Amino acid sequence: MELRSLSVTQQVGLLFLALFGLLALATLAVFARSFRDMSDTQLAGHEGIVRELRAIWTGSVVFWIAWAAGPFVSNLLFGLVSFFALREFVTLTNTRRGDHRSLLVAFFLVLPVQYVLVGTRQFNAFTVFIPVYVFFAIPVISALANDPFRFLERTAKIQWGITVCVYGMSHAPALLLLDLPQWKERGAFLVLYLVVVVATAQLAQEAASKRLRRRPVARAISRSFSWRAWAVGIASAGLVGVLLYWTTPFKPLPALAMGAAAGAAGTLGEFVMRAFKRDAGVRDWRGRLSVTGAVGLLDRVAPLCFAAPVFFHSVRWYFGI
Amino acid sequence: MKLPEFAGLTLAFIARVITGAQGHWYGCPPKAEQRIYFANHQSHFDWVLLWASLPRDLRAVTRPIAARDYWTASPFKHWITREVFNAVYVSRSRSPEGQSCDKDDEDPLEPLMEALRHGDSLVIFPEGTRGHAADPAPFKSGLYALAQAFPEVQLIPAWIDNVQRVMPKGEVVPVPILCTVTFGAPVALRPDEERRAFLDRARDAVMALRPVA
Repeated sequence: MELRSLSVTQQVGLLFLALFGLLALATLAVFARSFRDMSDTQLAGHEGIVRELRAIWTGSVVFWIAWAAGPFVSNLLFGLVSFFALREFVTLTNTRRGDHRSLLVAFFLVLPVQYVLVGTRQFNAFTVFIPVYVFFAIPVISALANDPFRFLERTAKIQWGITVCVYGMSHAPALLLLDLPQWKERGAFLVLYLVVVVATAQLAQEAASKRLRRRPVARAISRSFSWRAWAVGIASAGLVGVLLYWTTPFKPLPALAMGAAAGAAGTLGEFVMRAFKRDAGVRDWRGRLSVTGAVGLLDRVAPLCFAAPVFFHSVRWYFGI
Repeated sequence: MKLPEFAGLTLAFIARVITGAQGHWYGCPPKAEQRIYFANHQSHFDWVLLWASLPRDLRAVTRPIAARDYWTASPFKHWITREVFNAVYVSRSRSPEGQSCDKDDEDPLEPLMEALRHGDSLVIFPEGTRGHAADPAPFKSGLYALAQAFPEVQLIPAWIDNVQRVMPKGEVVPVPILCTVTFGAPVALRPDEERRAFLDRARDAVMALRPVA
C-alpha cells in the first residue's frame, strides 16, 4: 500500500490533516445550516451541535499539540484534563473537613506521580500505583483526620474519583507511549482509534435508542439506555474498528474485537456516570452552568476514562508485553 | 509589566485553576461603575475568589478592606495588600459595632468613605467575621452608613458558594473544588428606611442568590 511507504511522521501528519479536514467540513456545514430559519426546538438542537463541535475541535487541537510537542507536553496536557475532571468530580460529591488532607494527596501527589510514571514508561508501577498503594494510603490519611462520620462512603468516593479521573485518564497518554513490536512511535494512531471507536459507539447508541424506542433497562438512571441500543452501539464500534484496522497494529478480526470491547466499555462508562449524576442531583450538566460552574468536562471524558484502561490492557495482553 | 501586576495576574490565575472562580452576573452586568459589593463571608479565600471572578479591568478599581494591624505586620503582607490589591486599611475599632466610638478614635468607616469619594469600588463582608453556620450572620451597620453617605453608589449583593470546602478553618493548602460568585440586582436604600430593616433586606438579597448559584 502507498500509505505504508511513508515515514511514521508523515503518516501521523496525514492522519491529523484528515482529522482537521473533516472537522473543517463539518464546521462549514453547520455554519451554512445556521442561515436557515429554525423553530425553537431546532435552534436548541443546532446550538447543541455547535457546542459539541467546539468540544471536538478543542479535543482534536489538544490531541495534536500532545502528539507534536512530545511525551512531556502530552503528559502535562492529559494531566491537566485529569485535574479538571477530578475537580469537577469532587465538587459534585459531599466532602467533609476530614477529607481535606486526602483530597490534597489525591490532587497534588497521586495525580502528578501517576503521570510521571506514565512519562517515564514505568508501565508496571503505573498499573499498580493507584489500585495498590493509593488504595491503601487514602483511608489511612482519612482515618487520621479523626472523623468516623460516613467514613466508608467518603473514602470510597475519593477512591472512585481517583480511579476514574486519574487512573482511567492516564491510560490515554500511556497508549501514546506504548512501544509495540514493529509499531514504534505510532501511539497517536491507537489513541485516535480508541477515541473514534468510543465516540462511534456513543453516537450509534444514542441514535438507535431514539429510533428503536425500546423499554429502558434502568429507567431511574437512564431513560434511553436499552440492551438493543447498546448492542447497536457495540456493533457500530466494531464495524468502525474493522474499517480502521489499517491504522492499528491489529489484524482485521482482532481490530473488530478491540473496537467492540472499547465501545462497550465507553458506553457502559457513560451509563455509570449517569447514575453518579443522578446521585449527585444533576440532571443534565451539559453546557449549562447549573452546578457551581461545572461545565461538563467530566461528562465528555468519562467514557474515555472507562474505555482507555480496558483497551490499554487488552492491547498489552494481545501482544504479550 | 510591573511585579505587582504580574503577581495579581498569577494570583487570579491560581484562583481560577483551583476554584474556577466563576462569576455569574444575574442581577447586573459587570460594568465599570462605582459599586460596593457585599457578600457572605466563610473563608479567608473569599476576597481572592470574588476578586478573581471580576473581569480584569474591574479588578484594578475594586478594593478590599484590610485590618491595618494584621495586614501591615510583615513586609510581605503589607506589600501584597498595598501593591497587588490596593487595599483600604482600617483600624479595628475597640468599641462594639453600632455604638459610638470614642471621640479621639478614628471613625473606622472614614478610610472607606475616603476611597468612595475617590471613585473606587469596594468589597465588604458585612457580617464582620467569618461565619460557620449555613446562613450568614446578621449584618453590621457599616453598610447602612455607606449607603446613606453615598446614595449614588450601587450596592451589589453577592453570594459566594462552596468556598468553605476549598479551605476549611485551620488548613493552609486549598483543595481544588469549583466555586461560584453570583452577583445580584443592586439594592438601594429607600427614603426613611430604618437601619435594621435595610440591613435585613440587604442580607436577604445576598441569601436570595443561594438557590440560583
